[in-house]
Amino acid sequence: MLTYMIRRLLLAIPALLFTSLVIFLLVDFAPGSPMSQIPLTVPPDVRARIVEALGANEPIHLRFGLWLYQFFVVEPAYLLDQMFGTTLSTGRQRILSWQSRSPVMDIIAERLPQTLTVIGLAYVIGVLIALPIGIYSAYRPYSWFDQIGTFVAMVGFSVPTFLTGVVLIVVFSVNLGWLPSVYDTRLRMTGWNSFVQQAGQMAMPVMVLALFNAAEISRYMRSSMLDTLGQDYVRTARATGIGERAVVLKHALRNALIPVVTVIALGVPTVFAGAIVTEQVFRVNGLGALLINALEASDLPMVQTLTFIFAVLIVLFNLIADILYGILDPRIRYD
Amino acid sequence: MPDGALPVLDVKGLKTVFRTRGGEVHAVNSVSFHLQPGELLGVVGESGSGKSVTMMSLIGLLPSPPADVREGQVLLGGMDLLRATPDQLRAVRGARIGFVFQDPMTSLNPVFNVGNQIMEPLRKHMGMDRKAARQRALELLELVGIPDAARRLDDFPHQFSGGMRQRVMIAIALACNPEVLIADEPTTALDVTIQAQILELVKELRQKLGMAIVWITHDLGVIAGIADRVMVMYGGQVVEQAPVRELFANPQHPYTRALLKTIPKVSGEREGRLQVIEGQPPILSAAPTACPFRARCAHAFDRCHRENPQRRAIGAGRVGYGHDVACHWTPEVTHA
Repeated sequence: MLTYMIRRLLLAIPALLFTSLVIFLLVDFAPGSPMSQIPLTVPPDVRARIVEALGANEPIHLRFGLWLYQFFVVEPAYLLDQMFGTTLSTGRQRILSWQSRSPVMDIIAERLPQTLTVIGLAYVIGVLIALPIGIYSAYRPYSWFDQIGTFVAMVGFSVPTFLTGVVLIVVFSVNLGWLPSVYDTRLRMTGWNSFVQQAGQMAMPVMVLALFNAAEISRYMRSSMLDTLGQDYVRTARATGIGERAVVLKHALRNALIPVVTVIALGVPTVFAGAIVTEQVFRVNGLGALLINALEASDLPMVQTLTFIFAVLIVLFNLIADILYGILDPRIRYD
Repeated sequence: MPDGALPVLDVKGLKTVFRTRGGEVHAVNSVSFHLQPGELLGVVGESGSGKSVTMMSLIGLLPSPPADVREGQVLLGGMDLLRATPDQLRAVRGARIGFVFQDPMTSLNPVFNVGNQIMEPLRKHMGMDRKAARQRALELLELVGIPDAARRLDDFPHQFSGGMRQRVMIAIALACNPEVLIADEPTTALDVTIQAQILELVKELRQKLGMAIVWITHDLGVIAGIADRVMVMYGGQVVEQAPVRELFANPQHPYTRALLKTIPKVSGEREGRLQVIEGQPPILSAAPTACPFRARCAHAFDRCHRENPQRRAIGAGRVGYGHDVACHWTPEVTHA
């Protein structure tokens, strides 16, 4: 298992390097310039000097090489310095945002908590809702519970989050006035009141995303469980006279979870990347919003770094999914 | 088997219906049989004749819906299993009636090791703790002839061959010393040499443990070698029932005769093409009002189309105990 993991991680390196190059080229070829947000009144020679100062006019291989060096050497060194008080990164340039001229990683670290609390919580809630619904729907297929579950899942999966989000805002913020429509990042939780406020402003984005995630995962859970409940070994378990609960929740569920866990693990990177739309709708100041703004401003270092981090997460969770698969299914052995 | 002993299992007038989208399917029609202590009853019939459905109806193993066990009585030591509560039924399954299924490749749970699967009924029915159950599981694996049993307890089903898995299945079924073992085509999915090994094992276990066995198969050769008594099923009903020697020597029902003719002979001249029974078994969408075999029967006459024959005794004895047959054509007293 360990050798398998090491081999997989080593194989991931060339894949990620190639991915980073593709991202870099794509971002670079895209129309727009870092000057697009600078007022038109700024004269051309000044613009040229700004571009020069940013290093945006250097040849592409130089810029890519520099980014690689900064991402893989300078940023980790800086992180070590922060943790252990060493001076490894002194005198080396970190990746800077073209928009704000501050280090990209610092901005990401600022935005990460919002994304994790709102979008992460939505994913966890979605999974926790989806599993029991999927299991019970499969246990009583075509019952009224299953029919309602199927309908809600269809709606949740097929209606885009920007629509459900806006509908919720219209209902709960505009008409009822119960919940704020804009997420306030400055809110600090200090006591009961601020906690209620925080829960209130998280409620809608979490609801929207949890519905979407639950819809998808509950369908996977249902079909997997339905398939498993018809297996011969479930009949064998029943024939041994153990209780129905043990038959379903032990014998069937343990098998049915194998593919579902993989789907759940593979879905985690989308927590970071896929929630971009929802973050925009509710003005949650997270990574998704950060990426959108960076794209609008042609902030190459920021776009490049964020996208690459998403790519790393996808590779990482693919590996985690494979490992979980091996743990859950004794027939799979990675050696 | 002696006539007087009280049967361990007594099934009377069992009727099972499947409700499907295309209407009802009458899979089991008024099936009655009994099982004496220590006896091995062979049940033969082609696919779809209702053998497995009959046995699964006994202990509520059919998913309902679509299955509906409508009528009848299944008496196990005075308790009617068809009127038992789910809890009572669970206390019977695995404890007093053990089940071995056809396909050992899919009948064991792939994610639990075999020790775990054998221990489960032991802990449930016998109230054993982990240690005692593990000890008993080890004994059971040795009993069913799995070499190096102590080490193999922690192995998973995929690490066993088909024959070994079927031995594990038998160990699970026998875990709690059941009075009745129902084996639903346990050797069909195995190749012939392994099949012979499993047959030997069951014969041996039967002598050691003395349980009564219902052996479902469509292989008459297997029946001849192992059964005391044979019940032939067709179209969801019992068409003939007799002690094994009597049935092979003196088959009465045209279906039984046809079945016996289909067995290819190993010795002697080749007789050309293998014998077959032409046609398909019926799918009964209503309770039968005529003989289910009439369409394929060479001897069918007008009464066969009007009236479903009842089982009646051949020679001396009651229906179910001696030799009986459900056929209008068969003469009352045979030329044995």
